[in-house]
Amino acid sequence: MARETRIVLKNLGKIDPMKIEDAVAQGGYQALLKARDMSPADLIQEIKDSNLRGRGGAGFNCGQKWAFAAAAPGNERYVVCNADEGEPGTYKDRIIMENDPHRLIEGMAICAHAINARQGYIYLRGEYSFLRRVLTHAIDQAREAGYLDGFDITVRRGAGAYICGEETALIESLEGKRGEPRYKPPYPPTQGLWQRPTIVNNVETLANLPSIVDKGASWFASLGAPSYPGTKIFTLTGDIKNPGFYEVPTNTTIRDIVYGFGGGIPGDLALQAVQIGGTSGAFIPPDLLDTPADFDSMQYAGLSLGSGAVYVLDETRDILEVVTRIESFFEHESCGKCTPCREGTPRLVGLLEKIAQGRGSRFDLDLARKLGHNMTITSLCGLGMAAPVPMLTAMQHFPAVFTQQVSAKTSEEGTPW
Amino acid sequence: METSDIVARYSNMPGGIIEAFHEIVDRHGFLSQEAIIEAARGFGISVAEAYGVATFYSMFSVKPKGKHVVRVCRSAPCHTAGSAAMVDALQEHLGIKIGETTPDQRFTLELTECVGQCQATPVFTIDGEPYPGLTPSAIGPVLESYLRDGNRKDGR
Repeated sequence: MARETRIVLKNLGKIDPMKIEDAVAQGGYQALLKARDMSPADLIQEIKDSNLRGRGGAGFNCGQKWAFAAAAPGNERYVVCNADEGEPGTYKDRIIMENDPHRLIEGMAICAHAINARQGYIYLRGEYSFLRRVLTHAIDQAREAGYLDGFDITVRRGAGAYICGEETALIESLEGKRGEPRYKPPYPPTQGLWQRPTIVNNVETLANLPSIVDKGASWFASLGAPSYPGTKIFTLTGDIKNPGFYEVPTNTTIRDIVYGFGGGIPGDLALQAVQIGGTSGAFIPPDLLDTPADFDSMQYAGLSLGSGAVYVLDETRDILEVVTRIESFFEHESCGKCTPCREGTPRLVGLLEKIAQGRGSRFDLDLARKLGHNMTITSLCGLGMAAPVPMLTAMQHFPAVFTQQVSAKTSEEGTPW
Repeated sequence: METSDIVARYSNMPGGIIEAFHEIVDRHGFLSQEAIIEAARGFGISVAEAYGVATFYSMFSVKPKGKHVVRVCRSAPCHTAGSAAMVDALQEHLGIKIGETTPDQRFTLELTECVGQCQATPVFTIDGEPYPGLTPSAIGPVLESYLRDGNRKDGR
């Protein structure tokens, strides 16, 4: 079985997060000094070569994203840390910020050097308001120690909106508006915060940077899965013996995560399904457990790595009931800007409730599936595109859960809602 | 601090209305009509826009709330870990339903989605302070600690 490999959580338990000297004693800020000795172009090339890909869920090549921002015209550029960790079952970014805020700050300052930014923001979800003190204290210490050098970071809070994890919604919120996603293009690296070139990177992505600069691109690229190298922090919830967080190489299989690190299912019950990537992820049947958890392997299997949340359901759980709860999450969190998501999410909930209550027909089932497919294609942002995925994948891998609940009524008899 | 002072303090911060609203909510529990109008003036936006921001985010309320806000997570991991039983127990202890405030204005009970404390489930929060992995029988002493120390607010 794979072993836990700590890169971003390297200093966990070894330092007092309130003391910069502890971080420095562990090598903190040395990578930043090294990065500043490199030209921005060389630094961007190094990050590109490392093949570091975004840990927030989209998996975009980090160095490539930076290259777009560096090449965009304008004098003012911004580095934004996406700390709006709202994907249910996910708390990896909180663990990083709570335990090693300096690693995040160092990562942001490395990015600032690469794209020539003078101002950074940490967009911290409102529910993590208690972390503001740790973060601002660490920023103050870094500034006083001279590490920020022409760059500064401000912590700004969200206020309870899952959609603000979407980068353009986050930018709108930073600008003091409702957190509704923008039409794209333009993308943030060319026109982001206040229409200026902006890099929005996830906490975990930024926290990888000091180690990459320190040990080199080829070291990082050789870890885990070649197309999505490095480690990933997984957070295990649900019916699992050892709930918790584990940082593992990206080529670790789902089976190793659930049965190795997680210790399997309590009561020695059988596994029914795993949902990876948070509440927007796919439901995974036991026969796909040997899929490596890296981004591309998951995508190839029709799954998604997402945030790295791993939610385990034992054989006794009612998947239809869980999926209905999940779809009502999306109904609640839909921002309302685009029609497919605003209207689609409550309709999905309505259809699923009808089916769960035994009042549904095959027509309702087909309608839900059709609506779901429609939403994945036509929604404005990732929220609406991902919202039907739990339902669609549950229908795909656990069809009996749905078909046994519906009558063989025809479309005429099965009127909607 | 008066609402106008809070708004004045943030009005030079680009996009600072959300931070200002946080502070107003921390002090007064909700965003009154006057506070929203004041903020609109301070930030140079229309009242409609300020109201739009105030009603977009779940941590802001335009209606008064109790002194302490109890939020029970209902996202999937908490859901299967028994959040419904937690809701029942809290409703019974407080004598109110979800969305209501106790007659003495001490507690408001709400549902929330994931608060990122999933290391132990189910989770509820009081004034943002997380209480992960408690059983329904353990909530009595927690609530009483807020009654004893009437000023207890998120201490961190």
